[in-house]
Amino acid sequence: MAGKVIVMRHRSFLLKCLSALLVFGSWEIAGRVPVSFAFPTFLESMLALWVLIIEGTLFVAYAETLKPLVLGVFISGVLGIGIGLWVGLSKKFDWLVSPIFVVMQTAPLAALIPLLVMAYGIGLTSKVFVVCIMAMPVIVLNTGGAVRNTPISIKEMGHAFLGSRSDIVLKIILPAASPIIFAGLRLGVSAGFIGAILSELKITPTGVGDIITYSRSIADYPTMYAAILSIILLAVVFLNLLERMEKTLFGGLNKGYVTD
Amino acid sequence: MSAKSQNTDNAVSVRNVYKNYGDVQALHDLSLDFPRGQLTSLLGPSGCGKTTLLKIIAGLLPASSGEILVNGQPVSGPGPDRAFVFQDFALLPWATVLRNVAFGLELRGVVKSEREAIAEKYIADVGLKGFEHSYPHELSGGMRQRVGLARALSVDAQVLLMDEPFSAVDEQTRRKFQEDLLGLVKNENKTFLFVTHSIEEAVYVSDQIAILLPRPSRVSEIIRPSGFRHKDTDSIRRDSEYLDIVDKIWSSLRTYVE
Ligand SMILES: Nc1ncnc2c1ncn2[C@@H]1O[C@H](COP(=O)(O)OP(=O)(O)OP(=O)(O)O)[C@@H](O)[C@H]1O
Ligand SMILES: [Mg+2]
Repeated sequence: MAGKVIVMRHRSFLLKCLSALLVFGSWEIAGRVPVSFAFPTFLESMLALWVLIIEGTLFVAYAETLKPLVLGVFISGVLGIGIGLWVGLSKKFDWLVSPIFVVMQTAPLAALIPLLVMAYGIGLTSKVFVVCIMAMPVIVLNTGGAVRNTPISIKEMGHAFLGSRSDIVLKIILPAASPIIFAGLRLGVSAGFIGAILSELKITPTGVGDIITYSRSIADYPTMYAAILSIILLAVVFLNLLERMEKTLFGGLNKGYVTD
Repeated sequence: MSAKSQNTDNAVSVRNVYKNYGDVQALHDLSLDFPRGQLTSLLGPSGCGKTTLLKIIAGLLPASSGEILVNGQPVSGPGPDRAFVFQDFALLPWATVLRNVAFGLELRGVVKSEREAIAEKYIADVGLKGFEHSYPHELSGGMRQRVGLARALSVDAQVLLMDEPFSAVDEQTRRKFQEDLLGLVKNENKTFLFVTHSIEEAVYVSDQIAILLPRPSRVSEIIRPSGFRHKDTDSIRRDSEYLDIVDKIWSSLRTYVE
């Protein structure tokens, strides 16, 4: 049994390496052909990434980018799960609030950004808003749906054995909904990353958005791609952390959600 | 029929209960008494409202009209005097057998060490010793049902409401459970309300059998097997009164089948 598990883990790691090799390899080839003048090879991009790291530019940039990102994702997570819980528990609140998030999810964000800038200026607030608009709807809607779909029979059981309202929410509804809540969180976090970069491209070029904008303006495409690659890597690390958190919180009982 | 059952007081009384689900009338002017310390079966065709009646008694569903008395007090919701064994088990899939069995006590605020000690005792009583740390998905249907039974027993309620507790198990296990249930009725001094589809099962385990008509449901007949209760568990199934009652119930129910 244990041996088999190790082999499986090994194999999934090998598969991951293989698929990375495949992606990066075809990137390298596409860059060498070249597909476009503006498309650098993988190795050029890695070199540019290395330069960004040793010059420290990348860290300075992320210190800037992470502010709205972390703040926005945190607010979306806490508020989103809270509102989602309420939406799932109360039909009236669902009726009142869900449409807002459906609209938020489908609204063209680029069109909203000028309004946000008018209302909140070009500072951190607007950027946090953009992250929240991207991240929150899917968290709220997933949480609401999961809470609503808790099996009636286990809620009834909690009631029959004299559970209070908060017992039933905390000990039955939340654990039952947790796999879907975490799926929503993962989607929300990914969307939040997009929001953070979008806000830096559309509001004021700061942080990683600045690297992208600036390197594009001087046609330093390897640096531009290096910056984009770094965002993707960070997002993957973040999602893995989230999954680790889910496993420690809910004992790894919820199987079948693998993002890495 | 027997003098004994008429003299005992009633743990639960159902008085003129109606229940409508929208246009569907599930229960129609149903009245029934459940004598204390005895096992009463509700027997009737599928969909006749047995689960509905049990849930109304449990306080999980409101009746459309009518009244439920438990120990003479009207019921307005679930209470510590009643415990429920669910038809679909209603176990928490993320919790171990131990936590599931102790869950009723957990909700009552009993401290962990105490509730786990009680749960362990009942886990052993229902024959699941060694499975304390298994999860429900690792158990068979019959074992899950025993977890549900242990959970209901561990809160030590006077009235046990059992909704088809043996429907998910094979015939051999079922017979074993029925014998165990007779032991429980004898030793635990609780009142049992027991829903079943099986005529033989009802006659085998019951002090009183209430036969329900199809929707809208009323009690059509109450039967009190009395002659073979004192016999040992093996000879009951060969007893002539047992066989007669089974036949009699079948002939009154068969008109509703088809
Ligand atoms: N929540 C509900 N909404 C609407 N109708 C319902 C609901 N629950 C039960 N019913 C109806 O009430 C009737 C009685 O249902 P109930 O579950 O009490 O039957 P039952 O006797 O327990 O059946 P079974 O033996 O199959 O478990 C059924 O005809 C069903 O259609
Ligand atoms: Mg039923």
